[in-house]
Amino acid sequence: MTASATHKAIDAVFRIESAKIIASVARMVRDVGLAEELAQDALVAALETWPASGVPDNPGAWLMTTAKNRALDRLRQRKLHAEKEDELTREIEQLLADAMPRVDAALDDDIGDDLLRLVFTACHPVLSTEARVALTLRLLGGLTTDEIARAFLVPESTIAQRIVRAKRTLAEARVPFEVPRTAELAERLSSVLEVVYLVFNEGYSATSGEHWVRPTLCEDALRLGRILAQLTPREPEVHGLVALMEIQASRLAARIGPKGEPILLLDQNRARWDQLLIGRGLAALERAEAQGGALGPYALQAAIAACHARALAAADTDWSRIAALYDALAALTPSPVVELNRAVAVAMAFGPAAGLSIVDKLAGEPALKGYHLLPSVRADLLAKLGRDEEACAEFKRAADLTRNERERALLLGRAAACAKGTRQ
Amino acid sequence: MRFMMLMIPKGYESATPGTLPDAEGVARMMKYNESLQKAGVLLALDGLHPPSMGARVSFEGGKPKVRDGPFAEAKEVLGGYWMIQVKSKEEAVAWASRCPAGPNEVIEIRQVQEFADFPPDVQQAAAGLPEMQLSRGGT
Repeated sequence: MTASATHKAIDAVFRIESAKIIASVARMVRDVGLAEELAQDALVAALETWPASGVPDNPGAWLMTTAKNRALDRLRQRKLHAEKEDELTREIEQLLADAMPRVDAALDDDIGDDLLRLVFTACHPVLSTEARVALTLRLLGGLTTDEIARAFLVPESTIAQRIVRAKRTLAEARVPFEVPRTAELAERLSSVLEVVYLVFNEGYSATSGEHWVRPTLCEDALRLGRILAQLTPREPEVHGLVALMEIQASRLAARIGPKGEPILLLDQNRARWDQLLIGRGLAALERAEAQGGALGPYALQAAIAACHARALAAADTDWSRIAALYDALAALTPSPVVELNRAVAVAMAFGPAAGLSIVDKLAGEPALKGYHLLPSVRADLLAKLGRDEEACAEFKRAADLTRNERERALLLGRAAACAKGTRQ
Repeated sequence: MRFMMLMIPKGYESATPGTLPDAEGVARMMKYNESLQKAGVLLALDGLHPPSMGARVSFEGGKPKVRDGPFAEAKEVLGGYWMIQVKSKEEAVAWASRCPAGPNEVIEIRQVQEFADFPPDVQQAAAGLPEMQLSRGGT
């Protein structure tokens, strides 16, 4: 193997192992920031050793053992420095006593608990949402800061700083490395799911930039979601979120036209929907429902996505079921955005006038101020009602508001079509 | 990106109908499959019955000709596959390297073609292909 091929092989192994290593080491040193440093040290050691010695038979175990040994060294050093302070010494002695048996634990040992602790720590409420996203992708997704920066179209230094600050915040707040107790579990889990779905959505409908979708981010989020579903198999909302992401991701290829322009759901070539992902999504939704989670917010959204996935042609869509699911979603998590989506479903099920009356009630809604989909949906319904002049103005307003170049072009195209009086 | 890991067990080309892996082999492989699933990379997997239970359709002279297995000319045949989603070919190789396979087994790694891999004219020509996938039914 050439040196560069070995480097690539090492990177690949590290991507597979890094979350497990960080989780196991964090359990020893009770500090995710330090744990990540030690995992990086193990990576550097591999990069120094393997090109000459060859990749070991069990590269994951090699990295894990190296990182754990460095963790022990670090704890011993700290003990030396702390010798004068009794309390600190006792604390470190306790850590060392806990850590020793972990060094020899086989790689195959179930470290699911440690991974779950890592998930909850990276998504801890003491951190800003941005910081949670960056830290989760870094620590659990195994992405480099450069990869995260490219995915979110920000300079690498911004992400690097964000991660450094997040680690410092966790250390200063002395956030314990643990899975939250039952009382807080639901709320903390929903914060984890929010982070995963945010990553997915940034890939699914990029809020900025010249591309409408960034599929790699969707894949990263799906991978995180699938890992989480394995770690918490009894949490229906986790399966609900996975179902939602699998089904939405099944449409990724169909959502972009040949020139990179967005293609809306009902105009998509359903033959290009990925049946493998749809199958996985429907199975995950069944798991959520079987666990009594049919009415969870993610499961409901997944059920809506599933209605589309099951319809072989747009005309076959069960809109009254979708409208009913949106009713349930609006009752559970009332928000102007859900209401707007409900309006679309109601319009499809019961006619554009019924939808428009819901949309018109949202007109002064402060939360939707500047949200391009409000005028965009309104324009669509007006166009369907033959009110072309009003529709044209609304499409233009929507085009002014979107930050996505591809979407702007689509909206301006529809405005022009209305202006000509040709309804779409 | 997606990869198929194709399992090619030597000797499977002449395996008798009904040949199945033993319990120990299955248990070992299940542990591996579980590790793929826990890592969030596994999309699908299947094991295949031996060729002696299958058939080959050839098209020599432009006409389909069906022959039941086993196939004397086959030097290596598939025993099963995994479909995984990973970041790079190297990662696929790293996963394949962890498989508890036997000394007479080979795993071939092949990247799955995506629609976007094709130039526009081929994309147009391939527009009918996914419809065939759809007709596999509402799985």
